[in-house]
Amino acid sequence: MKNIWNFYKGTIAVTVRGSAAYYCWVAFLLALMVIGVITYIVQLNDGLIITNMRDQVSWGFYISNFTFLVGVAAAAVLLVIPAYVYHWKPIKEIALLGELLAISAIIMCLLFVTADLGRPDRFWHLIPFVGILNFPQSLLAWDVMVLNLYLTLNLVIAVYYLYNLYYKRVPNKNFMTPLLLLSIPAAISIHTVTAFLYNGLAARPFWNASILAPRFLASAFCSGPAFMILIFFLVRKYTRFKITDEAIQKIAELIAYAMFINLFLLGAEIFKEYYSDTVHLAPMQYLLQGLHGHNALVPWIWTAMIFNVTAFMIFLIPDTRRNNTALVFGCVLIFVGVYIEKGMGLVIPGFVPDVLHEIYEYVPSGMEMMIAIGIWATGLFVFTMLLRVAIPIMNGDFHVAEDGVGFQISDNLFFLRKSDREKDINGSDENATATSEGSDSA
Amino acid sequence: MCNESSHDKHAFRKSRRKVLKGLAAGIGALALPATNASASVWEAFFQKNFRELNKTELNQVLARLEGEYSKEYGKQVTVKATLPIEGVKYGYGLDLSRCIGCRRCVYGCVEENNQSREPEIQWIRVMQLDKEKGVDLSHAEHYYNPPEVPQEGKFYMPVQCQQCENPPCTKVCPVQATWKENDGIVVVDYNWCIGCRYCMAACPYSARHFNWAKGKLPKEEMNPDTHYLGNRPRPVGVVEKCTFCIQRTREQPGRYPACAEVCPVGARKFGNMLDPKSEIRYLIENKRVFIFKEDLNTQPKFFYFYAT
Repeated sequence: MKNIWNFYKGTIAVTVRGSAAYYCWVAFLLALMVIGVITYIVQLNDGLIITNMRDQVSWGFYISNFTFLVGVAAAAVLLVIPAYVYHWKPIKEIALLGELLAISAIIMCLLFVTADLGRPDRFWHLIPFVGILNFPQSLLAWDVMVLNLYLTLNLVIAVYYLYNLYYKRVPNKNFMTPLLLLSIPAAISIHTVTAFLYNGLAARPFWNASILAPRFLASAFCSGPAFMILIFFLVRKYTRFKITDEAIQKIAELIAYAMFINLFLLGAEIFKEYYSDTVHLAPMQYLLQGLHGHNALVPWIWTAMIFNVTAFMIFLIPDTRRNNTALVFGCVLIFVGVYIEKGMGLVIPGFVPDVLHEIYEYVPSGMEMMIAIGIWATGLFVFTMLLRVAIPIMNGDFHVAEDGVGFQISDNLFFLRKSDREKDINGSDENATATSEGSDSA
Repeated sequence: MCNESSHDKHAFRKSRRKVLKGLAAGIGALALPATNASASVWEAFFQKNFRELNKTELNQVLARLEGEYSKEYGKQVTVKATLPIEGVKYGYGLDLSRCIGCRRCVYGCVEENNQSREPEIQWIRVMQLDKEKGVDLSHAEHYYNPPEVPQEGKFYMPVQCQQCENPPCTKVCPVQATWKENDGIVVVDYNWCIGCRYCMAACPYSARHFNWAKGKLPKEEMNPDTHYLGNRPRPVGVVEKCTFCIQRTREQPGRYPACAEVCPVGARKFGNMLDPKSEIRYLIENKRVFIFKEDLNTQPKFFYFYAT
């Protein structure tokens, strides 16, 4: 117990240290979080009327973001599978970052769902045995279960792993491996269940297509890893952590396959709707062409399509894939493309036209966006803090002190400037001299 | 429904809730200003699901609500929890050949059921359709406003909760805040609903409505004869819907739903489907009847028919 407490103290100490850039970044996130909280308080007071959701479009921006982020969270398995099933070393070294991203994404998911609730004060009604969780009837109950299971799994794995590294012990494989293997079906299930949540509604033909869950998985395996690659580039550019090109290339290759499947499934869906030309075509028309003069989503979805196809070409052609600039560009395109396609592009056409064919054109309100930005900032804040602790531990820059009680931090900057990095590489390690130690007395 | 045995079955829940109650009261005492922390706020917060209340608890809840509403609306408000009548299953008939699209049912319903006037909530939606095209919703006009109705070449189709025998909305609720009663009425416990609106996504008839803000209901327009599962004033952030005027129809002798009563052309029929001599049974057996969106297998107890 004492060890856990000391570890915890160490992590607090390490998160409050950093370069000016690190402080600026964290302050920026905190400011956005404050804006989000203030706006949320307004929403608590006035009700969800401050959003642009109405009876016709009863889910909007919050649930769109939620859906997208479930995908990002699920995508951590794309790192776990090569690392722990195939024991591929270059990815094994970075798989933990994927789990940390999953933790942050799930936290954002839970916050988005909470923001969408009309009565967040009755949240306890969802807790099994205390309230009434309508399991197994309601898919939302399933979602609550699997999201929390997946969050717990990733937290336990990551914290256990880092804790052991911190104390310079070897993590117990017999404990870690089963959990890691379990996290693979758990990741797939959070995504499948979220897809089924929409899929099971016969009232909404746009969602009531059996291709939905496979499409969800395919697009998740694009957006999540694309975000991971961007993080890898940032991490290896601005921190001391080393990530090989080989690992990044492998992930990029996987993205290419996933994007192909995603585009194929999308095409299959578009064909079916347009060729059969039933009344169920209307939502698809609204999305792609506009319906009766209403076309708010049209420019967005075509942007997404162009982004996704361009990114697919970049990832498919080996020359562009191996070019890091093109790769980063492709990742940004995929992230934005999937965000549109699987966020608003998936949720809103389910409601437009509504079940009585009324068209209410939904665009999120300013306050809705501010709350969403606040939640994204919270997620990025959590992710930054997790990386701040994890990266020095994995680099060996943050570990227990010689006395076995205090902590030793040799990475006091975290975000490095170019000049710092060069110093780092040249070996004239100025940071090492600034090594600080903490102990119980400190 | 709320007998002693169901109470015992959930006794373990009660003890856990006590723990939670203590915990939350502790936190709440810090968070809430002292003036707000009245007993009734906490009673409302920890209130059980309607179906888990025993008789004493139910009476306490009803008394608390009556007190709150009477104070808020400045008149004596009653909140009933009348149980379903044995051997009754309600059915509704709507004669499309008679309906003239006057929307008196829409406003009669609002007056009876204490819907919010601002933002405006209506449980009945009347669509204006082309006779040539029939029930083709893609041509439906929802906000028609001609100088007089009915318009030449048009017919009118009111839609409200179809009280499905196989309701897709209750199935999806994550907390069992909505269910089908024994007389076939689908109800919502406004004090248990968490406002996730999954039921609204699931309903094929747009019958469910959300309280996006705290509804405004003028004191003088408030109907004080209310039912817990029906027309009592709704809190913000919960879903509400048509209950076939549960506060009227479960009385003995019962009254027609407000929409059926107010209809000037007799297009609306209501009765007990289990009674072979009822009007609704006659209609179902002898008229050209259809149910809305039959292919979805929701099995509505709301029957559209053409009498002439």
